[in-house]
Amino acid sequence: MSDFLQNILDGLMFGASYALLGLGFTLTFGVMRRLNLSYGPTLMVGVYAGAWTSLNLFNSLLLALTVTVIVAVAVSLVIEQVSFRWVKSDSPLTPMVSAFALWMVLEEIIVLFTWGRQYPVNNPLAFGSLYIGPFYVRGDYLTLFLAALALMVLVQVLVFRTAFGRKVRALAENPAAARVIGIDVDQVSSRVFALVAGLGGLMAFFVAASLHQITPHFGLWATVKGLIVMVIGGLGSIPGAIAGGLLLGVVESQALWYLGASYRDLVAYFLLFLLLIALPQGLFSREKSAARR
Amino acid sequence: MSEYVISVLTLMGIQSFLALSTYLLLISGQVSFGQQAFFGIGAYLGGALTAVFGAGLGTAVVVAALTAGLLGAGVGLITLRLGGLYFAMATLAFAEMVRLVWVNLNWQAEVGGFLVGPKGPEGFRDIRYIIENDISGESYLVLVLTCLGGLLVLFWALERSQAGLRLRMIENDQTAAASLGVDGLTHKVVVSGVAASIAGFGGALFAHFMTFVDPMNFGVMLGVHSLAYGMIGGMGSAFGPLIGVALDIGLLESLRFLSSYRMIVFGCLVATILIIRPRGLLDERTVHALRRKVGACIRNRGLSNSARST
Repeated sequence: MSDFLQNILDGLMFGASYALLGLGFTLTFGVMRRLNLSYGPTLMVGVYAGAWTSLNLFNSLLLALTVTVIVAVAVSLVIEQVSFRWVKSDSPLTPMVSAFALWMVLEEIIVLFTWGRQYPVNNPLAFGSLYIGPFYVRGDYLTLFLAALALMVLVQVLVFRTAFGRKVRALAENPAAARVIGIDVDQVSSRVFALVAGLGGLMAFFVAASLHQITPHFGLWATVKGLIVMVIGGLGSIPGAIAGGLLLGVVESQALWYLGASYRDLVAYFLLFLLLIALPQGLFSREKSAARR
Repeated sequence: MSEYVISVLTLMGIQSFLALSTYLLLISGQVSFGQQAFFGIGAYLGGALTAVFGAGLGTAVVVAALTAGLLGAGVGLITLRLGGLYFAMATLAFAEMVRLVWVNLNWQAEVGGFLVGPKGPEGFRDIRYIIENDISGESYLVLVLTCLGGLLVLFWALERSQAGLRLRMIENDQTAAASLGVDGLTHKVVVSGVAASIAGFGGALFAHFMTFVDPMNFGVMLGVHSLAYGMIGGMGSAFGPLIGVALDIGLLESLRFLSSYRMIVFGCLVATILIIRPRGLLDERTVHALRRKVGACIRNRGLSNSARST
């Protein structure tokens, strides 16, 4: 029983990072109807840049985080321009494939620079574990969790309390009407892409730091987890993405403990598959019929 | 032809099956990230049939294609009610589940004193049918291309048939199609089964060509590549995905001197093509224009011939 509870605790801690990845997808796809498959690789490039500066220039967490965010935002804006603005198509599939093509380019650039080997990421947060009664929390997981929590609050405030957030919500509600009342769709889109890249970059750096390394597989990992969380939570739902991320974290950590590492991902995909069939509108969707045509 | 050219051409032929499988779903309006699952099922099942059970290549390929087709129709039946991105995610989840089954599958039988069969992450080795039966590289290439040619003829017939027209209708607007009496779901389930069996067919050919397969062969990247083939080659005709395959494998193999930059070159090429031609190089409009031009040529010649004869 205490193992079970301990797993839930671990799952919630790590699931917070999934939630943030899902939030990144929710904001770009659920709101802007733009599916950026390159989201994960963008964050990966940012983390590599951050880890490189702290390894070669100056070892400081603050500098590493700043570089990570700047590079991730820059790459994200390039992708937005190339795949979502220059590509003119009625089919949402075309920009998606274009973003995928850029993903291959990003991953290959990283492989060229690092020969595909894992790259060390300094973990200045690896202080001791925190004990609460019979349970414990890894120090870096706690940082991860708190950082994710702070960023979620930030997103919530930005989306529901600012003029920018009002424009974003108007666009999500009805893009045509938003255009009519004079909302600059391209500008809002760029800002959303920059925002999610910055948030995701911070989160990705903490995830990589808790693993002490980053590999070129990180992009695929982040994209797949983010997509799963977005779909579990229901497209376009912020609380849904958070709940979906935490749920995925808990399920994975239980599967890891009871079934072993090789079954962890299998269980995660099985959960996604089942939820899609049983609850296609997601856990927290506003539109009940969005999934069924 | 050198061995090398033959093996590149064979690989292109086999990859075309997967590209056509994804394309068939695309022209009925479904985006699948998961056709590599049926490619993998075909590869493992086809390989097991010849290497473990001693079946012939023909039997193995046909049984693999049929099994993959049945599974594809079954998966389609439960997932195709989902629209758009949800269906794409369900296919992704299914394909990754299948891949992880291969990672965890350890099942070996003794054949001629050796243990043969899938061995978890190490993969399925010694699918030696073409070596044992002395099938040369050339004859295997001819076999692959013959099957591919047959498939293209079927696609050509489909594009000209009522069924093909109905698929395009469903792609454009399922509600409008339904109002004209075209049942979207039934068509899509059949398409899903047929597409899966095309992928399974190609998978069985792939396993015998490579002589060994491992779970890494059937990752998400393969599925997204097969989707990209249709997108860059063009959605106007079944030749589109083949152009995509030719660009990916052919062009990049010939750019060997750029080997470490090949993915960068290919990625930039795809991004550029999509900016200039959002529906691929050979899109519907181009195909239509070409057809009219060819038709006009034939008609002119016919007229001048008949003018001469009178």
